Amino acid sequence: MTRWTKNQIAALVARDIHYGAVVNLGIGMPTLVANHLGAAKEVMLHSENGVIGVGPAPAPGAEDYDLINAGKQPVTLMPGGVFFHHADSFAMMRGGHLDICVLGAFQVAANGDLANWHTGEPGAIPAVGGAMDLAVGAKKTWVMMEHTTKAGAPKVVARCSYPLTGLGCVSRIYTDLAVLDITPAGVLLLEMADGADFAALQACTGVPLLR
Amino acid sequence: MIDKFVASTAEAVAGVRDGAQVMIGGFGTAGLPNELIDALLAQGAKELVIVNNNAGNGDSGLAALLAAGRVRKIICSFPRQADSWHFDQLYRSGKIELELVPQGNLAERIRAAGAGIGGFFTPTGYGTDLARGKETRLIDGRWMVLESPIHADLALIKAERGDRWGNLCYRMTARNFGPIMAMAAKLTVASVHEIVELGALDPEAVVTPGLFVQRVVKIPRAATGAGGFKTTT
Repeated sequence: MTRWTKNQIAALVARDIHYGAVVNLGIGMPTLVANHLGAAKEVMLHSENGVIGVGPAPAPGAEDYDLINAGKQPVTLMPGGVFFHHADSFAMMRGGHLDICVLGAFQVAANGDLANWHTGEPGAIPAVGGAMDLAVGAKKTWVMMEHTTKAGAPKVVARCSYPLTGLGCVSRIYTDLAVLDITPAGVLLLEMADGADFAALQACTGVPLLR
Repeated sequence: MIDKFVASTAEAVAGVRDGAQVMIGGFGTAGLPNELIDALLAQGAKELVIVNNNAGNGDSGLAALLAAGRVRKIICSFPRQADSWHFDQLYRSGKIELELVPQGNLAERIRAAGAGIGGFFTPTGYGTDLARGKETRLIDGRWMVLESPIHADLALIKAERGDRWGNLCYRMTARNFGPIMAMAAKLTVASVHEIVELGALDPEAVVTPGLFVQRVVKIPRAATGAGGFKTTT
């Protein structure tokens, strides 16, 4: 089955972000979305550490480590960009002022439950960061992830086995095989990777897909 | 004359007692007041409870305080990082207590303390392991979790510029937790890179009004290794 590359998934997410949206991109794969938004579609990128108007990475040698993103990487500031303290930054999330957040995930359940902060394995050191605030705060929470684990197990599941980040918060899932919507009726297939086969897709998905 | 300037970092952290609850600003290394942490290390207080977003990076600053066995408990949102080996080792050997808090709850609990709020209901964390045992309530159709304020005996924060009243301006994303931690502590110590005459800060641009700050110490920018700033020349 042909799979979308990470950059192809990022391009699909970017395509679906509306003009003028306030968007938070999570650490990891979602960060790639910024590269695909294009100059024509003006969006405001929010980062949890107190900045709106995050721009591209600085040129080598021009890094300023007082200007970083949530992943602690140096970034730049777009014209119009602003800084604010942490309580305001999370008020923006919790208060429903962000249009879209894009997060990575270990698992997403058919009811929109999200697991992305902790494997729960003995000895694993838990770290949650802003994941729980983002998941329940943004108007829309989208997930960007591989369709299955490295071992081939479905990551779209009937019920999350990993510790939850938020309940019923995910509305859309972008994977390397498909774009899925979480609906009251179930998980709806919106599109498949080129040449993907529905039966094969269904076989590596933990819940029945609607189409 | 009101004068909150102190001459040295040692003077800035004088009087911290064993068992103190200490907030330390910074997100990663941006806004982390490394020189003040070094002074706290030299000052000697132990059994500390530290409130910081992370749990130390590399071998300096907060990580050095942890490595020296001076921290009993840490309250943070994101302890595990690629270079958090001192925390990892202490945690795995049961030598440090961890209270893991979603980052927005951490920020709001700190803000609540500074604002005199006794607690608040938030949707963050509802139904997760991090809300286990906490009071919940259905408010306007949405389940919420009761969270309590986090106070501190001492806050160590880093700002860019300050005057003798303690008014502070910050620099870019190094602002992060500084303004709210300044509100939540009995004693707030700010390091600044630039000291200015009273009246020189634009009153419209002051982020932390001086009443939240008790001591200000100047740290030359060149000496700020882990403060986040790197010169481009």
